Amino acid sequence: MFNAYMSNTLQYDPALCINCGLCSIVCPHAVFAPDDRVARLVRPDACMECGACQLNCPTGAITVDSGVGCAAAMIYAALAGKKEPVCGPEPESSCGYSS
Amino acid sequence: MMSDTNANPKQPHIQPATSSITLANRWDHFLARWGVNRSGHRIEPGLYALGHPTADSPVFVTANYTLSFDALRSALAGIDGYIMVLDTLGINVWCAAGKGTFGTDELVRRIEAAALDKVVNHRVLILPQLGAPGVAAHEVKRRSGFKVEYGPVRAADLPEYLKTGRATPEMRRVHFTLRDRLVLIPVELVAVLLPMAIAAVALFLLLGPLAAAGAVAAILAGVVLFPILLPWLPTHDFSSKGFILGGAVALPFALSTFWRNPDATWWLRAGGALTYLLPLPPVTAFLALNFTGSTTFTSRSGVRREIFTYVPAMAWMFGIGIVLTIVLVLARVWGG
Repeated sequence: MFNAYMSNTLQYDPALCINCGLCSIVCPHAVFAPDDRVARLVRPDACMECGACQLNCPTGAITVDSGVGCAAAMIYAALAGKKEPVCGPEPESSCGYSS
Repeated sequence: MMSDTNANPKQPHIQPATSSITLANRWDHFLARWGVNRSGHRIEPGLYALGHPTADSPVFVTANYTLSFDALRSALAGIDGYIMVLDTLGINVWCAAGKGTFGTDELVRRIEAAALDKVVNHRVLILPQLGAPGVAAHEVKRRSGFKVEYGPVRAADLPEYLKTGRATPEMRRVHFTLRDRLVLIPVELVAVLLPMAIAAVALFLLLGPLAAAGAVAAILAGVVLFPILLPWLPTHDFSSKGFILGGAVALPFALSTFWRNPDATWWLRAGGALTYLLPLPPVTAFLALNFTGSTTFTSRSGVRREIFTYVPAMAWMFGIGIVLTIVLVLARVWGG
């Protein structure tokens, strides 16, 4: 496989959209575009799963599996048997940079 | 040096700020970019007064990382306003937002601590767009009464944003230009310098100069060449791009070994070449995979898929390459 980025976890339910426009505002890759009645999902493949849209959608019309996407953290978490990689102060931290 | 810009003794202290970047600031930025004292580039969180703000002046929000604070205030030359600095532990806005430290809770906390509703008449906060992964605008409104307006991605676009009252679609887009990639190289390079030096010395002593040079080349290819060449390397995955680059960099070493001993048997010569072609490309590929965390566009799902697809291959190739090296060294030692 030479495109691990072919699909992602972004889900959008237009039935819940109240057309507030925030998803189009916060997305750094223009995944959503404003429209007359509801937002349009125009570039789903460009989604980097940052979660900005999900967090700012007041009705929960958008869900995405956002979280730590750092390869080193995910590898460490997998090897150390932790469920979820975490950024933050030791001992929870999954990387060498504690902060 | 610290003068209160308000007279009310009950009001929390507001620190002054200017929009000028000094030599000391630039030195601090340089050190930060080179990974010196990585999480130490921070300022005290809280409310700052930029210029001479009044109760009607805008309120901007940023992280307590010096590069973030300095990018914001230097973009606001000639503008009077308040800057609310959140405690992100010295991490930039976008990363802190992803981690949650540039978040709803911290923002609401700082608004209350500064008694912001007494400082300004309006109820608007201008946040950097890339704070959005950590901030729920509607939650902030509900809990503090302040409305979050997401300004442009780049602070440099703020004057235009303030003039027109809106951000253009291009102001809301993030790219990953060559310059963006170049500024990330020094800190990655500094992080590998010690392991690379140790590997080079060890390999030089055990196997000679070519092996040491090969290892250094593979590491530098992953840390310096890969970020530069990223968009031009074939395939979508960073690991496969890294394998291709690593293979290209290892090839001269493999060919040099192959041609160096024309008298040896063919399979010994091929084996020698493989001691470069097997372990070196995985090193470059692994470093390339780790660069996903520094980009502006790779998704978590994609990186996870990459890890499960390529890391076993990296481990196998590297392991077999090491074993092969040991076998050939022993063969040479015993063969005389």
